[in-house]
Amino acid sequence: MGAREVVLRLEGITKRFGKLTANDDIGFALHRGEVLALLGENGAGKTTLMNILFGHYTADSGTVEVFGQPLPPGAPGAALAAGVGMVHQHFTLAGNMTVLENILLGTRPLFGMGLGRGAARARVEQLSRDFGLAVHPDAKVKTLSVGERQRVEILKALYRDARILILDEPTAVLTPQESDALFETLKKAVAQGLSIIFISHKLHEVTAVSDRVIVLRHGRVVGEVATDQTDRHRIAEMMVGAEVALPHPPLGRAGTALMELRDVSTPPEGNRTGLRRVTLSLKAGQITGLAGVSGNGQGALADLVSGLIAPDSGELRVAGQTVARWSPRAALAAGVGRIPEDRHATGSIADFTLTENAVLEGYARPPFSRAGWMDWTRARAHAEDIIEKYDVRCPGPEARIRLLSGGNMQKLILGRALEAGPKIILANQPVRGLDIGALTYVQECLIAARDAGAAVLLISEDLDEIRALSDVIHVMSEGRLSPEFPRGSKTPAELGQWMAGQGFADAA
Amino acid sequence: MRLEPVAAPGLARTLGLPALAIAATVVVASALAMLAGANPFATLGLIVKGAAGSKFAALETLNRATPLIFTGLAVAVAFRAKLWNIGAEAQLYAGALMTVLIGTQMGLPGPVAIPAMAIAAVLAGALVLLGPVLLKVRLGVDEVVTTLLFNFIMLLFISMLLEGPLKDPMGMGWPKSEAIPRDARLPRIVDGLRLHWGFGLALISAVVVWVIQVKTTLGYEIRAVGQNPQAARFAGIPVGRVMVKTALLSGGLAALAGFSEVAGLKGNLTLDLSPGFGYTGIVVAMLALLHPLGVVVSALFVAGIFVGADSMSRAAEVPTYIADISVATALLFMVLAILLTRFRVVRG
Repeated sequence: MGAREVVLRLEGITKRFGKLTANDDIGFALHRGEVLALLGENGAGKTTLMNILFGHYTADSGTVEVFGQPLPPGAPGAALAAGVGMVHQHFTLAGNMTVLENILLGTRPLFGMGLGRGAARARVEQLSRDFGLAVHPDAKVKTLSVGERQRVEILKALYRDARILILDEPTAVLTPQESDALFETLKKAVAQGLSIIFISHKLHEVTAVSDRVIVLRHGRVVGEVATDQTDRHRIAEMMVGAEVALPHPPLGRAGTALMELRDVSTPPEGNRTGLRRVTLSLKAGQITGLAGVSGNGQGALADLVSGLIAPDSGELRVAGQTVARWSPRAALAAGVGRIPEDRHATGSIADFTLTENAVLEGYARPPFSRAGWMDWTRARAHAEDIIEKYDVRCPGPEARIRLLSGGNMQKLILGRALEAGPKIILANQPVRGLDIGALTYVQECLIAARDAGAAVLLISEDLDEIRALSDVIHVMSEGRLSPEFPRGSKTPAELGQWMAGQGFADAA
Repeated sequence: MRLEPVAAPGLARTLGLPALAIAATVVVASALAMLAGANPFATLGLIVKGAAGSKFAALETLNRATPLIFTGLAVAVAFRAKLWNIGAEAQLYAGALMTVLIGTQMGLPGPVAIPAMAIAAVLAGALVLLGPVLLKVRLGVDEVVTTLLFNFIMLLFISMLLEGPLKDPMGMGWPKSEAIPRDARLPRIVDGLRLHWGFGLALISAVVVWVIQVKTTLGYEIRAVGQNPQAARFAGIPVGRVMVKTALLSGGLAALAGFSEVAGLKGNLTLDLSPGFGYTGIVVAMLALLHPLGVVVSALFVAGIFVGADSMSRAAEVPTYIADISVATALLFMVLAILLTRFRVVRG
């Protein structure tokens, strides 16, 4: 491998934000025709590094070389011009334009868009054939599936003569089948001499597709191995610095249904999918796992359970009673504990102290307030309890919550929800972006709550997590809910087919 | 040059930078005085002397600060909830109108008339802000536009009343209302000097607002809604209802400025009752970083500059515009100082 040509070399990249060192002396080389996996937990410095490569940030020190030429720092566009293409996690396509127009956009003068289109089309078709990127050039992007849109993004990069392709978490929005198709494409691309950096934190993908793995942790390169000389466990250890194992809790004992949805529909909001006749029963002592590609109605279901939206049609029953008025406050009063998907935007108020955040859901009732007067002494004591019991690492209850890491913020939110003694727990992506310590802790808390008799709804995009923790599993696709599958009754591939929408008796 | 957030600003940053802003204001004001051909030190001295150099001057400053404390509090309360009330001027005039109506038309004895006028004023001011806020909460209409435009509607409405039904028959044709009777006026705090109990009421209001913000569930709700409405809604805080309560509080406070000016100082209603106290209230609130007790300090500062500059321009040959410019400069520097307490400038 050493003899192969180096196409991209990063050396001594260091970037500090105040006290935080996001990138600490990072250096590695990418060779022609290889897939290099860049692995790391959220916050390990992957995004910062890519931003430096693309000139959005200027490194405090270090150099970037593309094809032997140094890249001027802080010049967005220099990397693109040098032949580095990036496919972002969130696509940058114009929905009301065709695939061909999206690919051409920005490559030629606006008013000359019509010129030479025949040649451009021929080239796009050639590229799609060569790389196995099947997509119709005249289809409007808004009619395409997520997997197809990603192919358009890749075509866009290839059309701009990218010789180095960077894919940021490319499978986060794909079904397992779509991911496999993507991996085929990547293999074809490297066979043609392209070089690929594949950013991910999903181990099985990394081992499936990469030639070499570089692991980042706390902004430093902590490991570099050839993929065929290692295994997932070793890589996981490098990522987190400890052996990682998903818990294997014994099955819970299902009790009575604490929350039931019968034929519930909600309207779509903007481009967010609504629910389509969802029937679901959350039982005491059971973890119900909800799998699915993000954006298939999980958001609407989470909002419904949290009280943010009410059923448009159908029936919502809590503890056997039909719910008439449904609101966040009604949900809290009914004993729903909520762990929202976005702990920064929804779960906490950044400039509030830990004390103020700890009573966000309970401030209106005793003991935290009486007749409209806050009892800050009690509130503070409550925050101190949570901090101690849930091991929230923080300067103290009067510190602003924005200073906390994601894991500690999540522990406070978890403690806030669990200390209220919830009967029903909504955990929406509860461990996303957490380091391994916090992740295991949160999962253990959910299992303990289940064993204490709570009905838990666990929403996650991580199929491994869903399969390990859930007693029963549902799959969501385009707002529809699959039947209930007992744990272990479906393989990941079978669940993937449901995620892709197969198997539903389409009644909509 | 870029801005990077400061994780935990220290005391030097949070107190030093605002102090630096005031110092920079003094420098700019001195330069302007020089430009006008005067000795800057003498000019500054005259301003300070005019604002606080004698018992009379100091009381005059307190008098001028009174309506600014009320409108500053009104703005501070609303801005805390990110409710952009630019209409304190309209609410002030609504309060003044109710004060005059109750004071001149009901024939109540003084001890009854004064609280009746105050309560009616508060209700009227609250009502004036209620409309725009309901439009915002229900239909998403931008309150910056509605509250701002309400200022002009209210002024024209008052103008219509002063030319018509409310016109003082003994007013020699001037557009002014009848005066409220002596016994319905706010008593003076110091006998023989112009300072009236409106100032006392303003101080009490500042303390009350501060207690509401720090000690009550409403204050907690207002801060939560202002900082993160999405999280507030998720947590079960009734965001719309909190906005309405904030509006009632804010409108009521602004209206007290009108009540205090009419019942404490002027006695009647004219179209020049407020030289823009409602708008200056925004400056006062921003200078105070929206802190209710800080509003008292910044109102005194702004009032001092205006009163001091008035007196200075009579003695030196410097136009009173220097007051407007100084206050505006202070605001700009203060906004910059606030920005720099939270962000640091990084090269590259």
